[in-house]
Amino acid sequence: MTIESLIATPCELTDVGASKAAIVLMTRIRLARNLAGRPFPGWATTAQRAEVLDQCREALTATSPMKRSLAASVGDLSALEKQILVERHLISRELMGSAQGSGVVISRDQAVSVMVNEEDHLRIQVLRAGFHLRKAWKAIDELDTALEGKLDFAFSPTLGYLTACPTNLGTAMRASAMMHLPALVIAGQMDKVVRAVNQLGMVVRGLFGEGSDASGSIFQISNQTTLGESEEDILKRLGSVLQSIVEHELNARGKLLETDPGKLFDKIGRAYGILRNSHLLSSGEAMNLLSLIRLGVDIGVLPDAQRPVIDRLFIEAQPGHLQHAQKGEFDPGQRDLLRAVRLRSEFANFAAPDFTASQNGRN
Amino acid sequence: MSNPLKCDFCAKSATVHLTQIVNNKVHKVDLCEECARAKGVTDPGGFSLADLLLKASLAPAPQIGSVRCEQCGFTQADFKKLGRFGCPSCYEAFRGVLDPMLDGMHKGTVHVGKVPRTALARRSLHERLSHLESELTDAIKSERYEEAARFRDEINQVRQDASPRPSA
Repeated sequence: MTIESLIATPCELTDVGASKAAIVLMTRIRLARNLAGRPFPGWATTAQRAEVLDQCREALTATSPMKRSLAASVGDLSALEKQILVERHLISRELMGSAQGSGVVISRDQAVSVMVNEEDHLRIQVLRAGFHLRKAWKAIDELDTALEGKLDFAFSPTLGYLTACPTNLGTAMRASAMMHLPALVIAGQMDKVVRAVNQLGMVVRGLFGEGSDASGSIFQISNQTTLGESEEDILKRLGSVLQSIVEHELNARGKLLETDPGKLFDKIGRAYGILRNSHLLSSGEAMNLLSLIRLGVDIGVLPDAQRPVIDRLFIEAQPGHLQHAQKGEFDPGQRDLLRAVRLRSEFANFAAPDFTASQNGRN
Repeated sequence: MSNPLKCDFCAKSATVHLTQIVNNKVHKVDLCEECARAKGVTDPGGFSLADLLLKASLAPAPQIGSVRCEQCGFTQADFKKLGRFGCPSCYEAFRGVLDPMLDGMHKGTVHVGKVPRTALARRSLHERLSHLESELTDAIKSERYEEAARFRDEINQVRQDASPRPSA
């Protein structure tokens, strides 16, 4: 598979026609693994990194999820291609800028991606649209076990899987969910939620992970600790935290509709108007407007069929995807103009919100 | 104020009592005013009990800065700078530095999750075979043929046991 055809193929996240992913947009699990007796990527020589890359690539492409996958060295990808992979959550920003001898292997359906020589020798990731911690764990556990048949992982009976950074020791597993929480943001309750979640040993981050902002009211919630607790227990705990956030978001939505529907409808109506008519849209503004339209779908003032379109636009309104769709170079100053053109044409066919429908559409 | 607590850092009576929950564990500290100011406790924004405990538990470590991993040459100064280790063996070399840090960092200090059984079985099998093979070579060299025959039989047995099916 080539990078061109991969980009042209809808990814797990942009192809969610079948799912009714209302609040949890996507579930993701990643495992860090290192080869025994080899220096970690950050401390290895170029030759050692190249050797590890070859060995891992060979083991990976022999597993069944990676049949006909895309295997690329970071050095062979253009800046735009890397940007697009980041926007699809298939590689990290850290890998984008990494030294020689790093690479990525991505499954055909883009649900599995493995970074080689990022912070650890292997960063295995499985991604599922919707709320599917169990399914994602089953898939990644199987892939990890298959790899173990070919690679000697660095492991200690007391410290578990040995990772470059001691914060990942033990299971070396980070499980996360990307959640759409507009009502909690509008009601000003997100700070409270973040504090409560932190107390439970979980972390809240923005859409693109560490240090990114939460534009579009999209947050990533993941486990913080990895040692002293089994994978199953971490997933169980995370699952119940996520479930309770979903309930809080639904309550906040109910309350907004009950106490001040005018305010909420005004936001949704204006978002619709701007997306249909604006000529300059920054990435942040577009995300926030799309988030309101998605909320409109969830509360029933817009048809359900539009939800997958919005989820696709969440990703396609990002700079890399916009530039790629434009085919060829353009001035970054024109980006906001192009984004508005794109969204105007998408929204020209959108049904207008029907606010009388919200009575039936309430959850 | 009938029974004044002592400051955890000096012998003066403590007037600042702080309780923080870090990773579901309750940590309590009693401080005198001076120590509280010195540690930044009076400024809630700039203070984390975890840091304080971490520093306190790190302080008595005897060979600060002197540890070095024989396998990859990584030093304690490198760890301080990078916050990451050089290779898997560093975890043995830096055990004394790491242990006090792990306590506040994770839910526990001992792994309880998945174990790479296949890889571990393969590795221990490999180690056992290479040990037996070197014993065999030694035995042949020093003309202990009876022992050599025993080692050879054992090697064959181990190989046979391992080959038909991977241990479950």
